[in-house]
Amino acid sequence: MKRNSELVKNAAGRLVPTIVNGKKGIPFKGVNGYFPDGNKTAPPIKSCSNYPLDGNKLLGTLKEALIKSGITDGMTISSHHHFRNGDLVMNQVFDIAAELGIKNLRWFPSAAFPCHKPMIKYMEDGVIHHIEGSLNGPLGQYASEGKMNGLAVLRSHGGRWQSIQDGEVHIDIAIIAAPTADSFGNATGDRGPSACGLLGFGLADSMYADNVIVVTDNLVPFPCIPWQIQGNNVDYVVQLEKVGEPEKIVSGTTKLTRSPDRIHIAELTAKFVRAAGIMKDGFSFQAGAGGTSLAFAIYLKEMMKDAGIKARFIRGGSTKYLVEMLEEGLTDYILDGQTFDLDGVRSMRENHGHVNTSPFTSYNWHGKGNFAGILDAVVLGATEVDINFNANVVTHSDGLMLHGIGGWQNCLFSKCTILPIPAFRNRVPIIVDKVTTLVGPGELIDVIVTERGIAINPKRTDLIESTKDSGLPIRTIHELKNEIDDLVGGAPDKPEFSDEVIGVVKWVDGTILDSIFKLKKYQID
Amino acid sequence: MQKYVSGNVGTRSDCSVSYSPHDNPLDVTILSKVISMYGDRMEELTKKVLNDLHIQTGSIVVDDLGALPFVLQARIESAVKMATPQLKYTSLPEIKQKFQYKSDRNRFRRSRLYLPGNQSKLMLNAGIHEPDAVILDLEDSVSPSEKSSARLIVRNALRVLDFFGAEKMVRINQGDLGILDLEQIIPENVHLILIPKIESADQLLWFEKSISQISERVGRKEPVYLMPILESAKGILNAYEIASASNNNVALAIGLEDYTADIGTTRSLEGTESFFARSMIVNAARACGLQPIDTVFSDVSDTDGLIASVKEAKALGFDGKGCIHPRQIKPLHDAFAPSETEISKAQKIVIAFDDAESKGLGVVSLGSKMIDPPVVKRALHTIEMAISIGLLSANWKNKLTE
Repeated sequence: MKRNSELVKNAAGRLVPTIVNGKKGIPFKGVNGYFPDGNKTAPPIKSCSNYPLDGNKLLGTLKEALIKSGITDGMTISSHHHFRNGDLVMNQVFDIAAELGIKNLRWFPSAAFPCHKPMIKYMEDGVIHHIEGSLNGPLGQYASEGKMNGLAVLRSHGGRWQSIQDGEVHIDIAIIAAPTADSFGNATGDRGPSACGLLGFGLADSMYADNVIVVTDNLVPFPCIPWQIQGNNVDYVVQLEKVGEPEKIVSGTTKLTRSPDRIHIAELTAKFVRAAGIMKDGFSFQAGAGGTSLAFAIYLKEMMKDAGIKARFIRGGSTKYLVEMLEEGLTDYILDGQTFDLDGVRSMRENHGHVNTSPFTSYNWHGKGNFAGILDAVVLGATEVDINFNANVVTHSDGLMLHGIGGWQNCLFSKCTILPIPAFRNRVPIIVDKVTTLVGPGELIDVIVTERGIAINPKRTDLIESTKDSGLPIRTIHELKNEIDDLVGGAPDKPEFSDEVIGVVKWVDGTILDSIFKLKKYQID
Repeated sequence: MQKYVSGNVGTRSDCSVSYSPHDNPLDVTILSKVISMYGDRMEELTKKVLNDLHIQTGSIVVDDLGALPFVLQARIESAVKMATPQLKYTSLPEIKQKFQYKSDRNRFRRSRLYLPGNQSKLMLNAGIHEPDAVILDLEDSVSPSEKSSARLIVRNALRVLDFFGAEKMVRINQGDLGILDLEQIIPENVHLILIPKIESADQLLWFEKSISQISERVGRKEPVYLMPILESAKGILNAYEIASASNNNVALAIGLEDYTADIGTTRSLEGTESFFARSMIVNAARACGLQPIDTVFSDVSDTDGLIASVKEAKALGFDGKGCIHPRQIKPLHDAFAPSETEISKAQKIVIAFDDAESKGLGVVSLGSKMIDPPVVKRALHTIEMAISIGLLSANWKNKLTE
């Protein structure tokens, strides 16, 4: 019970804590309900003459850089996750912190992966107090079991930017792992042995942290072109032998799903986009790198070719398949948020129309607008949806916290949000009466596509009208739910939670949308 | 302690059940990926099945990865019956009447989707891909150790699953094993039985006799259609005898893997080696008013190859082909679809036929040419297919006269 502050009911009717990791939390006030004032945060004032005149900020070791950055107990250390499961830098950072006897650090990655499992040991011996960031794999499991000090704070990509910009999270030291950099600190992700495409998830860190360290294994003479990270924001540069494992950063080739049901769902989704009149000259869409999303893009591509239609832009996660659309002239631009395969990385280097973006351009609550709302359609996944179209991406129906939010919440602001999801996984139905954890409010979710039919949010009378004679299997969400419940032998029993909060889900504006409670009985396969 | 196991270990949406007979009271252990959501119901069902089977002793261990209740039920029954083969009780899931429908002897059988009888996961959504038929297979796609479990899984699937209008076919095993299959399957709402490796009319009639005995015993009124599969030189040479042997025959199929091995060769892409056999099937079937059905195209990723193969089959006179993946269904239907020329020619013939009928003429003629009855029949078939796939409006005749 050590972490529980008082719980209050927020505007979505969910119980949330009022104090999160020692700071006051603001309960969710509605989708567009929270408008803080004041000024944005700013990094400390620096003077250029305190830096080498010749621009050479190279230090001998990572340890030296951390010491010069003044690493001390209780600091917040941030990192980006463009290296995904191939990151070789962050474990070393905390090895050094441990060696220096530092305690109670907060790690603030945009996401953590299974390769970061050693952090569990550092959380247990107190080097790390807790982690705030999307937790995948063993770290997610550790937090799910309620073993982590402090609460897991789940933020969207845009929410992370918001939290940095409005001062909710102050970064003491930002570590920017860079596939290529010069000794001034200019850095790019689109080339080098650990090429990952772009470095957008580290951009805010480079601009707002007190100290910024660029770490690279591919040092080039000044200038590093292009500079995705500006050296003018960088304090120190460190060269290591190897910063990442390329085969775990991007895949050689992105594989397509062979699941007949998923292919069917993808085809229905593309047909829906066409039937609803969304697919027209100059339109835009976003589809991720999951199997169904990729298959969707491929079906849509064929339909666009048949109809002679060209998109103005596509937002990625870029893959070979989006690159093909760009190179075949089916879109003017790819606005890329993260690059998933080698073709994506190559295209970013070679194609003028393949543009790197960041959560600032696309997702940030404190921006003066952002790209997500401009999109005509976005295709996303979900672990659960409920009969009011609320959706969940962080927990499963058994209550286990297994996934981060990514850009998912931010994308909900597109003109048409479509969730193509299987109607059931193994025995477990995806449509429930009430989502286990609320991550996406139903008022922003327009369409659910399952292999057994398409449910349109009753609020979207325009979509219902435009697709009514399409021949597509449009059904009510209740019909779908009843059919699947009947097939699998009834709705699943609800998980039994204790009253101990182990994590919170933030809304894109920084308010608290829902809490994740500890399971009474913890089970995992 | 001897353990009897029914299961696909490590297969999602399936489970493994082991039964160890002993004299102590029943002992049930349930391990499941979904235990927090379905554990109580799984335990309840396990106890119900054991009760149905009059089993009061022994140990049952269920190791589950999200199997549906009908699968769990079949696997428990199967494991228990491995230990006690003479057991006469069964445990049937309640039949879902809303998913039961009839078939028709002349319905389209362009595509038939093979579903291995022990892989329930593939059955659950098979119907949504809209094949003309599903084949719940008990024969070659099921390993010997899974034969008896597959039989019960298929039986239960026929009772509870919705195949969304697809004709429900079951491919049984050869010989005595096939009779055991029929015992479980015929009482359920199966539409058609595929009988493999038929070589003579007698073999076919042996199975048919068993089917009519079982039908009579359980009071089954609906016909059980038959599709013999000829897979040997002898079978091909007896094609007409087999095709004409039973009134329940609706189609005649060829299985090329075994056939080519039997005649001492292997399958080639061009298929020269099987031209004779395939033509025999087409001729024997047509001679008896049956649908000739071609073999499967087994390279799932080669859609162009599939389309070429379907067009070739259509040109040879076949009405259908097997599928091993739902992705094959749509291209297959498209390739079997009549062309615009075929449709407009068929329309003219049908109108000429209507005209002749209304005038009470015995002979149909188009211009100066006389049209023979088989051509009229074929034209009607073409029109029916064109309407069913939306290439032609159902009231095209009215539209034509407007």
